[in-house]
Amino acid sequence: MKRIFFGAIGLVLLGACQLNSNKTINSDVNNAELILPEGFSALVFADSLGHARHLDVNSNGDVYVSLSRVKNGGGLVCLRDKNNDGRADEIKYHGIYDGTGVKLHNGYVYFGADTVIVRYKLTDGELVPSHDAEIIAAGFDHQNQHETKPITFDQEGNMYVTVGAPANACMEQVRTKGSPGMDPCPLLELHGGIWRFKDDVLNQDQAKDGYRYATGIRNAVAIRWNNTENKLYAIQHGRDQLSQFFPELYTNKQNADLPAEEFLLVEDGSNFGWPYCYYDGAQNKKVQAPEYGGDGLKVERCSAADDPIMAFPAHTAPNDVLFYTGDMFPEKYKNGAFIAFHGSWNRAPEPQEGFYVVFVPFKDALPSGSWEVFANGFAGVDVVKSPRDAKHRPCGLAQGPDGSLYISDDVNGRIYRIVYSGK
Amino acid sequence: MKIKFNHLIFSILLGGLILSCHSNTEKKKVEAVSSEQLATEMSENLPVQPAKKEHPGKAVYTQYCLVCHQADGSGVPNMHPPLGPGSWVGKDPKELVALMMKGLSGKIEVNGEVYKSYMPSHAKLTNNEIANVLSYIRSSFGNDFEPVTADFVKKVKSGR
Repeated sequence: MKRIFFGAIGLVLLGACQLNSNKTINSDVNNAELILPEGFSALVFADSLGHARHLDVNSNGDVYVSLSRVKNGGGLVCLRDKNNDGRADEIKYHGIYDGTGVKLHNGYVYFGADTVIVRYKLTDGELVPSHDAEIIAAGFDHQNQHETKPITFDQEGNMYVTVGAPANACMEQVRTKGSPGMDPCPLLELHGGIWRFKDDVLNQDQAKDGYRYATGIRNAVAIRWNNTENKLYAIQHGRDQLSQFFPELYTNKQNADLPAEEFLLVEDGSNFGWPYCYYDGAQNKKVQAPEYGGDGLKVERCSAADDPIMAFPAHTAPNDVLFYTGDMFPEKYKNGAFIAFHGSWNRAPEPQEGFYVVFVPFKDALPSGSWEVFANGFAGVDVVKSPRDAKHRPCGLAQGPDGSLYISDDVNGRIYRIVYSGK
Repeated sequence: MKIKFNHLIFSILLGGLILSCHSNTEKKKVEAVSSEQLATEMSENLPVQPAKKEHPGKAVYTQYCLVCHQADGSGVPNMHPPLGPGSWVGKDPKELVALMMKGLSGKIEVNGEVYKSYMPSHAKLTNNEIANVLSYIRSSFGNDFEPVTADFVKKVKSGR
């Protein structure tokens, strides 16, 4: 009798396991506390990983997350869902490097630490790279602001790296009222743009081997090669503190609304005008920065600067952009862009803004409609007055092989997984 | 009717008598109070001014510090440190004056969290402004530290 009993239990469990191994993922009852459009739901893929920045998903579903600060002995988190319930159950910390950039490319995990880009070879099937890190690009300045090195790859053997400017608007004395802007801005030679390297040559040096692909970009943490259009896109963190340094020209309210965060279609030789210019989303044009004689209206040299393809609310801190190519989401999302807005800090004393993921529909290389909030509720409060009020802040975006959307949070390292079931 | 009218007159007169007695007593009370006390009583009864006079350092904080360290002093994760309990605000005021004068950049750790950014020099502020803003911060956001005087700031600047 006992044998039959246990046999029956065994069969039931076996049946249950088989049910779990089909592709249906059960979302969290509370949708991981997110607000999503109809038909979408969310689950927590992993939580409390640390300061999780960007992430990427392997063709076998393994997830790799960069941490801005090493935790549990590693700056790269490797996650695997072994029992197929949609959530990570094997989590390993690896590597001495920490930072923001992380991408899977040609059998390697590439990692963008603040002053060096490395890669770890991934042998087929392994979760944690067993090979040592190789240095791909180095020689980047040590910076105290805009130091992160996000990375993306084209389909011709090139790696693109954002090198942010260690400045706000290239004042002679950093962020100091009354200090004029340096003209020309010497930082542009090795900062404030996007650099291109070979993806498979070791020990490249930024100054000697790097190619300045685009310039006049203050800091683009969101950077992505669009494989469908074969073009590079980036979104800039615009300058700060207009009213603090130029109270005679800008009120605090204007400071909260200027400048727009710019969505850029980046071409070889693009020049988007920083620090001399910023984009005014209300006037829909680039105007001269006050450090260079601007008054909020004058255009002058900025007529020569390249314009964005779309403008977003000021200071919202776009931290990643992803072009959706999966089949899980409805047709309208195909080839459109998801953008993670980390949320502002410098709209004070006005309330902060951002802390959501938006969607921009695309037709070919350009947006085909206005942006809309896709995922909200990360902050956990209705109004964020100080950024620390936000419980979670979206930072990185990745697409899984099944078409689900992964979002990382860098406050405490929650990884969200968004799925669509049409219900 | 006649009788009621007389009653009314009588009540009024009686009431007036009682009232005048009462006010006579009060007059006697007022005469016993000192002129100083009277002045205080009068000023306390003047139309209400703003309940609490704003700390002079708050305006300095709002203009120079708030954008980074936020209205509630909570700072910005990874960038600008908080200024509440457990922060550097309780340090030796000499160090705080030096910080205002020189600014600070690079990686620091506050309350177990890492912050990396650039704080510019505030040497252009007057001794009064520096003293006021430090005193404001040291008595706000949950802090309860000794204020800093302009004299002290002057001494630190001159290297004593």
